[in-house]
Amino acid sequence: MLTIQDVLETNQMIQKNNLDVRTITMGISLLDCCSSDGKTLCRNIYDKITSYGEHLVETGNAIGSEFGVPIINKRVSVTPISLVAGASDLKNYVEVAKTLDKAAKEIGIDFIGGFSALVERGFTDGDRRLIDSIAESLACTDLVCSSVAVGSTKAGINMDAVAEMGRVYKELAELTKEQDALGCAKLVVFSNAVEDNPFMAGAFHGVTNGDSCVSVGVSGPGVVKKALENVQGQPFDVVAETIKKTAFKITRVGQLVAMEASKRLHVPFGIIDLSLAPTPAVGDSVAAILEEMGLESCGAHGTTAALALLNDAVKKGGLMASSRVGGLSGAFIPVSEDKGMLEAVGRGSLSLEKLEAMTCVCSVGLDMIAIPGNTSAATISAIIADEAAIGMINNKTTAVRVIPVPGKDVGDTVEFGGLLGYCPIINVNTYKSDAFIARGGRIPAPMRSLTN
Amino acid sequence: MEFEYEGVLLSMKVVITVVGVDRTGIIAAVSQIMSEHKVNILTINQVILDGIFNMAMIVDLEEASISLDKLQELLKEKGDALGVEIRAQNRKIFDAMHRIG
Repeated sequence: MLTIQDVLETNQMIQKNNLDVRTITMGISLLDCCSSDGKTLCRNIYDKITSYGEHLVETGNAIGSEFGVPIINKRVSVTPISLVAGASDLKNYVEVAKTLDKAAKEIGIDFIGGFSALVERGFTDGDRRLIDSIAESLACTDLVCSSVAVGSTKAGINMDAVAEMGRVYKELAELTKEQDALGCAKLVVFSNAVEDNPFMAGAFHGVTNGDSCVSVGVSGPGVVKKALENVQGQPFDVVAETIKKTAFKITRVGQLVAMEASKRLHVPFGIIDLSLAPTPAVGDSVAAILEEMGLESCGAHGTTAALALLNDAVKKGGLMASSRVGGLSGAFIPVSEDKGMLEAVGRGSLSLEKLEAMTCVCSVGLDMIAIPGNTSAATISAIIADEAAIGMINNKTTAVRVIPVPGKDVGDTVEFGGLLGYCPIINVNTYKSDAFIARGGRIPAPMRSLTN
Repeated sequence: MEFEYEGVLLSMKVVITVVGVDRTGIIAAVSQIMSEHKVNILTINQVILDGIFNMAMIVDLEEASISLDKLQELLKEKGDALGVEIRAQNRKIFDAMHRIG
């Protein structure tokens, strides 16, 4: 029996607490687009994306309107382009990125992900061409997102790739300096990358997937915060139960939307990603949830424990609500996209080092963090190496998305606008890591027993 | 406080909610729109919470002469005229969130 209280609770979540479906992402395999001729390759890619994704936006909008729940983003993820373009005669892949951008604009989606390479164990020639093309490609396109997987628990860490990605970030920041290095917001470096992530900038359609699928990323930090306001001062057992119940409800909405999208688009259902993804809107903050647990400001001692509880309870609650869970599934802590995180950085209670500790217990990593423009490529690489090591040892996905903003330093603020928000420049340790990064080679895969 | 109707979901069931300051004629106005477009009202419930009028109505669009998006438009106009917020949503979102089975 549906009660009027149930109806009102659902609508309150949507209207007052920012409950939304963050993204419907259609994964499209481009493996059958391969060609030795670059022009044919680009035409194949354009035709497949525009054909498969033709009705994605209108279907997403129709579902959102029918159920009365906002569906914020409609996106496409594709097979890592380094695999698709490897056999082509293209010297670099900028044309492929432009093709992706054009196809994305044609079907009206918000972002397209998969300008990616997986180089945990080493580079193919196609991987190198892709990585060499990232900076220029992201600077001259609007909707293309790129990711590079540099390590994993099974493979260890490719430190040559780590060194390379530090340089790519610097080059991309320079090429997009007129927009405060906004290009860097479209680039992620992963350890233990997942093949079914619907969230940007790290989404790609892994080769173990079928030809196409639709996945959904839910959201709702504001709903969790609101639920915790009703259990102030109570023990953590109560906190965990409250979060689980809320996560269950949020995820059921995501599951419904995913099944409807799958049915209407005639594409198999992929996964639900249980991540709590914040936005810069008031009342849509993960930091605010941690503070609601009793911390004066996010970053205070206790923050890591609070985040661990939150992340675990969200998964436990969400698992039963969905027939298939995947992606990143956890709480996101993108600094520029979370008002509470921003304020915590601004008042000096949240540092890069604390954020790194927090990434040990949640998805995904050091995300959307503006750092001083004079941070060296080697230091960025070292930040990536630290984060990749956390992922490798803890058997979890970690990522880095930092934005070295040219001409800005600690004390300055950078504005990105929209979902990307604004960000105060965070302090970075200035002692050098150059000789460490210059070594190159591989950090071996870790052992999985005697884990102390 | 429970809706009495437990229908088989053969056609689209829609939940219409009205939230706002209580005044005369709200239910009459909404019912009139339903009647004009052959939308069958299955159940109506209302409650005053913190002085705010809340009404939830489950309707069936099976015989209706109007689509859901058109109905949403009409209700929005009526809500604006009455100074209340009126929404119409596919019932499945509420069932998904609050019922297991």
